[in-house]
Amino acid sequence: MTQDFQRRLPSYGASAGTNTSWSDRIHVDPILLLLITGVVLFGLVILSSAVDGNEALFDAQVRRIGVAYAALIIAAQLPPAMYLRWAPFLYLVGLGLLILVLFVGIEVKGSQRWIDIPGLFRFQPSELMKIAVPMAVAWYLQQRVLPPSIKHTFFSLLIIALPAFAIGVEPDLGTSILVAGAGVSVLLLAGLSWRWILGALTLVAAAAPLFWQFVLRDYQRQRILTLFDPQSDPLGAGWNIIQSTTAIGSGGIFGKGLYQGSQSYLDFLPEARTDFIVAVVGEELGFVGIAFLLTLYLLIIARGLYLASQAGSTFGRLVAGALVLTFFIYLFVNIAMVSGILPVVGVPLPLVSYGGTSAITLMAGFGIIMSMRTHKAW
Amino acid sequence: MSLELSIKDPGREQDMFAGRAIALFVVVVLMFGVLVARLVTLQIVEHETYQSRADDNRTKIQTLAPSRGMIYDRNGRILADNKTSFSLAIVPERTDDLDALLHSIVEILTLTPQHLERIRNALDKPRRPDSAVVVLEALSEKQVAMLAVNRHRLRGVEVTSQLIRSYPMGELAAHAVGSVRRLTKEDLRTVEPVQYSGSQFIGKRGVEAFYEKSLHGKVGYQKVETDAYGRVRRVLEVQGAQTGQNLTLHLDSRLQVASVAALGERRGAIVALDPRTGGVLAMVSQPSYDPNLFVTGMSISTFDDLASSIYLPLFNRAVNGQYAPGSTFKPVVGLAGISSGVTQWSETIEDKGWFQLPGQERVYRDWSWTKDDSGGQGQVDLNRAIYRSSNVYFYDLASRMEIGSLLEFASQFGLGRNVAVDIPEASTGLLPTPEWKRKAKNQPWYPGDSVNLGIGQGDLLATPMQMATVAAAIANRGKVVRPKMLLSSDVSIDEVGTIDELPSVLGLDGEDWELMIDAMENVVHRGGQGFRGNGTAWAYIGQQVGYRMAGKSGTAQVVEITQGEEYDEEQLSEFRRKHAWFIAFAPVDDPTIALAVLVENGGGGSSVAAPVARAIIDAHLTEELASIH
Repeated sequence: MTQDFQRRLPSYGASAGTNTSWSDRIHVDPILLLLITGVVLFGLVILSSAVDGNEALFDAQVRRIGVAYAALIIAAQLPPAMYLRWAPFLYLVGLGLLILVLFVGIEVKGSQRWIDIPGLFRFQPSELMKIAVPMAVAWYLQQRVLPPSIKHTFFSLLIIALPAFAIGVEPDLGTSILVAGAGVSVLLLAGLSWRWILGALTLVAAAAPLFWQFVLRDYQRQRILTLFDPQSDPLGAGWNIIQSTTAIGSGGIFGKGLYQGSQSYLDFLPEARTDFIVAVVGEELGFVGIAFLLTLYLLIIARGLYLASQAGSTFGRLVAGALVLTFFIYLFVNIAMVSGILPVVGVPLPLVSYGGTSAITLMAGFGIIMSMRTHKAW
Repeated sequence: MSLELSIKDPGREQDMFAGRAIALFVVVVLMFGVLVARLVTLQIVEHETYQSRADDNRTKIQTLAPSRGMIYDRNGRILADNKTSFSLAIVPERTDDLDALLHSIVEILTLTPQHLERIRNALDKPRRPDSAVVVLEALSEKQVAMLAVNRHRLRGVEVTSQLIRSYPMGELAAHAVGSVRRLTKEDLRTVEPVQYSGSQFIGKRGVEAFYEKSLHGKVGYQKVETDAYGRVRRVLEVQGAQTGQNLTLHLDSRLQVASVAALGERRGAIVALDPRTGGVLAMVSQPSYDPNLFVTGMSISTFDDLASSIYLPLFNRAVNGQYAPGSTFKPVVGLAGISSGVTQWSETIEDKGWFQLPGQERVYRDWSWTKDDSGGQGQVDLNRAIYRSSNVYFYDLASRMEIGSLLEFASQFGLGRNVAVDIPEASTGLLPTPEWKRKAKNQPWYPGDSVNLGIGQGDLLATPMQMATVAAAIANRGKVVRPKMLLSSDVSIDEVGTIDELPSVLGLDGEDWELMIDAMENVVHRGGQGFRGNGTAWAYIGQQVGYRMAGKSGTAQVVEITQGEEYDEEQLSEFRRKHAWFIAFAPVDDPTIALAVLVENGGGGSSVAAPVARAIIDAHLTEELASIH
């Protein structure tokens, strides 16, 4: 009994310590920042190959990275208490926009994801939800006793399911998975009983046929079928996966050398700059190159989880931990898809793929993680 | 649930979080392991598979089709060449609205709905993304121009070019030169498929077929690096194609045109040889066809018309038409009689207009026989029997000869066999031996068969080319030449191996040949001699000849009529009419042309075929004189 009430000393959380370092004062974790910068630089090197001489694209990406770093710094400055206060509003606004986008959104490549404010900018509300959903779940759970009860777990799942469903019907399966993953990560970190987790996994496996029958669209089913037999339609649905595995496999241990990848240079590899960029890494830098990148990723996750565990509040730990796990889901789904062990869903390789929105969200996420760790307990 | 557990305990939550974080990190590491395992499989275990797959992707071996050798006539005029043909290709991915594009194309090129249907079918076939689909071939220059002018409306449309065969003389020389056809799967079984991997056509008839190997050339290769759209980015290696051999034929296109003109609208065949070499100067078979149709394609109804016409335009009468030679065979019989000693030049017989074998009732009549029995050529020696074409003389001579030796003698002239150097498809004709008759008809050889053979009738068959060979042999005073199309090529070619020269006709001396030639000169030139004194052809061609020519007419009975076809009465009587023959050579002292003219169902040899022969020889000698000066 006494143990339950025994308060940990404030020194347990470094943020509450008296010896605040310079980096704590600017709310940045130098180790994590260094690792992130490592991936970003690696990404720019490989992108310089993937853009195939199109310097304008490369420059645009450099500018976006700059914006992303700014997002990280700003997000890190905002105190956790502010995130806690804003979490429910952010979530509700995001959910409102998601519903709005279904009616007034702009259709790009057959799915309606964007809101366009003429003359200003266009953005995807679903991108916002990658951060808003874990925050909302963490906000909800931090008021409750953990591990969460059935009731609280149910409400948490509801908080997750609404936006995930709305994003899924856009349709944007990739983002839907990431948003759901972010939310569920919070539950896992909040101590959801292992027995329930296993039960849920069993349930998911049992429901898979129904999901196949009633939820998935034709093209999504086709993508899954293609995964098992790419050669059944080598010029159509199987093309992407055949070309990406060929690119990766042909790279061998040391790769063909930077700028020497025939698969990407001769346009066999689709989406070489964006979702399939890891195939360029595999082809040009080989197993060694991908292993190096994976090592950086793993270190980021390790450092991220460590920082999360050191956060000064349950809310901070849950949000930070969930963002780290979301980062992992990102890279796992992407690499598994490109190397042919998961069906093709539109998920970019974090911090490496060309394109701004996801980089900015991710970096803001890292900023939030740092904020949770470096601000004083509250 | 106990009270204690329902109270929030930040310390315990932090501990629990740390536990969960570690557990989930373990899961993360395991899943990294899955990725690493997959990468090890792809990049290390199966690396070589994917390496070769990437190379297959990247590099392609393209065949470089050789351009086909040209065919020239003896004066360097083009008989067969290659011209550029344009095709229309569409890259559907590069158009915004395929239907609108097709609509524009139909409008610009004024195409029919059938065309549109074919284009859609071509586009529906499976293909790689972003590849060009050929939808229309053989565009006219006007169509190409229209496409160029409207290019701004036609995003995703490409016009590509290729070389196709072209025959500038069209149907004038179709049977002499032959033609190519589109390569089929069956063709690939008869040739080296690799050599034809880039080719679309193959020689199917005539010279084009026989010299296919030389004309075709040798295929080349290039190893190229292509992108995913099949566009060549770089050429890595080239082994160029070897252009086909250019061939020059003995054919004289001016003489060919003159021959076609001389025959006019009539059905028939002409073969003119240079007796010194056997070179074919002209080869005509009428009606003819336009060989260009087989290259550019034709409608089904056009092809049906060609293939099913009762006048057989696709049939090369010059080498495959087999006819009774009729009286044009008489010089051979006469020379056989002299060489075997059965008759002498001085020997005469009484020609009363009819002939009977001893002890037989059947009467063999002369062509001049009349109902009041006033026909007959009177006292006839071999010379007169030739220029008057006495049947009775040759009935008598043949009946007295041993049939085997007559046929053997005739065989020396190339009858009953194909002696041509480079026309393997030529028919052999027929020298009917007793053995042949027993086998084919299950009948013995009757003396009457020998009698009919004496005037070139019965079962005897010869092609116009064979009769031209006979004319050439007489012109050469016994030296028999093999007909051949090829005059020369850039380098020696291997289609023709070493072919022995034919032996000269045996058993005759120079005097005999001159006497026979004198008799054949009389056929043309002996005139103004009154009733039954002139050469048979004199009245038709014997006047105002600027040179001396020797000839022999023939009016052959039609051997058989193809039954069972839908001939009406008028056609039947047309096909029953006699064939008109004339063989000739000139100038007699130093012959440069020997020919045979056949007019199917034309009637009298002297009246119908002889003027054709004279027109051709006139043209030849005039040109020859012109070319000397």
